[in-house]
Amino acid sequence: MKQVKCLMSCVLVGMLMLSGCRSADSPIPPPTTPTSLASPPPRVVRMMTHDSFDISAETIAVFEAAYHAQVEILQAGDTGVMLNQAILSRDHPLADVLYGVDNTLLSRALAGDIFEAYNSPLLSHIPNQLILDPQHHALPVDYGDVCLNYDRGWFAEQGLTPPANLEDLVKPEYAGLTVVENPATSSPGLAFLLATIGHWGESGSYTYLDYWTDLRKNGLLVVEGWEDAYWGQFTHGSGGEGDRPIVVSYASSPPVEVHFAEQPFEEAPTAAVVGAGSCFRQIEFVGILKGAQNRELAQAWVDFMLDRTFQEDIPLHMFMFPANREAVLPEVFAQFAVIPEWPAEVDYAAIEANRETWVQAWTEVVLR
Amino acid sequence: MHASHRTGRAWGHGERFSTVIVWLPALLPLLFLLLFYFYPLVSILTLSLAPDGRLSLTALGTLFTPYHLHTLWFTAWQASLSTLLTVGLALPGAYVFARYDFPAKSLIQALTTVPFVLPTIVVALAFTALLGRRGLLNLALMALLRLDQPPLDLQYTLSIILLAHVFYNYTLVLRIVGTHWANLDPRLEEAARMLGAGRWRAFRLVTLPLLRPAIGAAALLVFVFCFTSFGVILVLGGPRFATLEVEIYRQTVHYLNLPLAAALSLIQIGFTLALMGAYTRLQARTTLPLDLRPRQTTQQRPRHWRERVIVGLNVGIVLLLLVSPLVALVARSLTSSADVPGGGVSLAFYRQLLQSRRDSAFYVPPAMAVRNSVGFALATVGLSVGLGLMAAVVLDRRGSGQGLGRLLDPLLMLPLGTSAVTLGLGYIVALDEPPLDLRTSPLLVVLAHTLVALPFVVRSVLPALRSINPHLREAAALLGASPWRVWREVDLPIIARSALVGAVFAFTVSMGEFGATSLIARPERPTMPIAIYRFLGRPGASNYGQALAMSTLLMLVCTAGFLVIERFRVGDLGEF
Repeated sequence: MKQVKCLMSCVLVGMLMLSGCRSADSPIPPPTTPTSLASPPPRVVRMMTHDSFDISAETIAVFEAAYHAQVEILQAGDTGVMLNQAILSRDHPLADVLYGVDNTLLSRALAGDIFEAYNSPLLSHIPNQLILDPQHHALPVDYGDVCLNYDRGWFAEQGLTPPANLEDLVKPEYAGLTVVENPATSSPGLAFLLATIGHWGESGSYTYLDYWTDLRKNGLLVVEGWEDAYWGQFTHGSGGEGDRPIVVSYASSPPVEVHFAEQPFEEAPTAAVVGAGSCFRQIEFVGILKGAQNRELAQAWVDFMLDRTFQEDIPLHMFMFPANREAVLPEVFAQFAVIPEWPAEVDYAAIEANRETWVQAWTEVVLR
Repeated sequence: MHASHRTGRAWGHGERFSTVIVWLPALLPLLFLLLFYFYPLVSILTLSLAPDGRLSLTALGTLFTPYHLHTLWFTAWQASLSTLLTVGLALPGAYVFARYDFPAKSLIQALTTVPFVLPTIVVALAFTALLGRRGLLNLALMALLRLDQPPLDLQYTLSIILLAHVFYNYTLVLRIVGTHWANLDPRLEEAARMLGAGRWRAFRLVTLPLLRPAIGAAALLVFVFCFTSFGVILVLGGPRFATLEVEIYRQTVHYLNLPLAAALSLIQIGFTLALMGAYTRLQARTTLPLDLRPRQTTQQRPRHWRERVIVGLNVGIVLLLLVSPLVALVARSLTSSADVPGGGVSLAFYRQLLQSRRDSAFYVPPAMAVRNSVGFALATVGLSVGLGLMAAVVLDRRGSGQGLGRLLDPLLMLPLGTSAVTLGLGYIVALDEPPLDLRTSPLLVVLAHTLVALPFVVRSVLPALRSINPHLREAAALLGASPWRVWREVDLPIIARSALVGAVFAFTVSMGEFGATSLIARPERPTMPIAIYRFLGRPGASNYGQALAMSTLLMLVCTAGFLVIERFRVGDLGEF
């Protein structure tokens, strides 16, 4: 019996450790003012999102206080996994709101019929080119551009001019310098492939596949995901083992480098290549899930996400740019970030229709 | 104990009680598998292959393309190579750890298990630091041989996949075979030597056959683990290599091609099942009852120079292959250019880790991540060792429960051969209504971890249980002991050590598990691996440093955990 007790207590202790953590370590202690004791328990709004979601505790607290509500965030893996979970659980939704579907997955989300339309009054502050779904099932929250980053120190040391656009990468002086992510497994990888498709197109004398053929000939390195590319291969990101000074990342990476630097930088250590047609713009959307428990509160939360408090908190937490044009950028972004004026254009419906074909054609040309 | 003793007596020979005794240990693990494995799995497979209620097998047709056949072939090929290499390298190690006593032995043994918990991306960074084109090894070789170019380029090759698989799985063979070996009576081999057999011949004809069940169990686990390898293939192997598991993930997550993913999953499961079937048959023929000896009587310090060389060589392999990447990580986490320009030793990253970043709702205080991880791990250990012991008792039973055992044995291994993404989506689809709406409960994480840990517990315990000489039990029963008392006084002391090995693995599986944990939609209860990924998900030197500091913390917590579990004693039973 002793052994059984021992195993049971093992399970119990484990579960106790888990149950204790929310109340003890939650960054915001639950309000314990006398008024809140008298009022009914807070209503709950649940948001399902991807693992990269982040926002400050204060921002969430503002909403919770204003609506006497509690916000529960469910993180459900990367964007693809999250969306698939939402589609598969359509009949018994896990949450009221889903945030994080981007334009590469938008038509899958719309075809999956998981969202209810919501014409938020805040949409009037959002530029039209970000609003892709005219019925407003999915509302744009933020955007960011995937593009090439380079290590400024490395190029200065070598006395080489950094690349200015995609065309430069196939020149002999840039041979063996570039690392990209596999579009079959990585979302920045896919976005960069889309940038080349938007830039060169699928037909004509020089297609995106010709470009990739030339890149391959010029010593391109393909890795699995952003982490491996940036930390393992990029000369600036890694601990000195990486030997590739050009990497596919975000236009916002240079200011983030400054923000998370070990010592204050005068200048960003890296820079983004933002020439015309060399970036792909990712737009992230929020939507109210069909079968939401409390539609009214879900709408209030969506409005809150599109309003200035939340929007101005986005850059330093998710490293994306706010969709609301009234939002003021934090200083490090205002100083070090560049927003590409002319990102490459690919229609979101075409992405869903052709994703597999494009990725397979790419795989044939680059990996086989 | 007195209570159980009395109940045992009172019920001992009752017909009803013995039926319960036979069925209860079988029922709980079976029920667990049914609810948390088969039900979700069948749900997602049905939804994928028969979305409108009618089975559509068109997906199976697309399977037999050269690409998928090649993937299947490569999956099996790299798994076989990895298993051969791991067993070949770890068997001598198991011998040394079983037969000799040397300084820092338990610490080194604990360190061999640390790789198991490390996230693949962290291991990839450590490997690059050591073996990359500008890694330590290449720099040393270039300096030594006066070369301009790095002589070794292992990046994205089969070699580095194999190396990583050895790095991860060495400990499986070392612990499972080593524990068994330590309890083998050395006098058997000595007798053979006395009768004139050479060292090698005595090993081949006496020891090896006795070890075969343990080697088989360990090799099986290594093979299944490599067969379903995911992170190592993606990150270290690079985009040119793909296993079935990788392909299932791609089809599910990137193309939402559920029918094809389901078909691939079925092939993977079928392969595991076939392998298990073959193994179960083999195992039944090779297991012999033995007179096992307590380990104190079988171990000695290396005395002869030849013994010292053997011990030194194996410890050297462990240090070089398993410990040096760990050291590289720790060293990197202690190197910061903020305090000491140019990168001296500094605790800057650890300080940053402890600084409460209150501005983020998702900031994970290290203490909280440790507590979450250890909490999940303890619950997993309790659940999986409990269920595992029950299952092992049923599997070992000859006679009345044998048919049941034959059924249960392969089934228990299946979760290891099942794609995490398939099962994860299965949970979403199946466990969506009360009373089983566990989709956002932390319990689901424990259940998922237990599914993976269970085979380790069973495979660790079973070789010891099967080698118990039945005469011991018969003698005890003849002297009037109840079945429960026989189990407590005969079986348990002998298998306690193996059960602890199982507990170490359960703890490890849970501490390091990332794939399933990240797939399960969870409210904020981040574990240490999730905190590491969170740091690595954003640019900036301090994030990189903090990820490594958190990895070092993970290694420390695990090493401490292993040492504590190994020192654990079951009640008043002596160490065996």
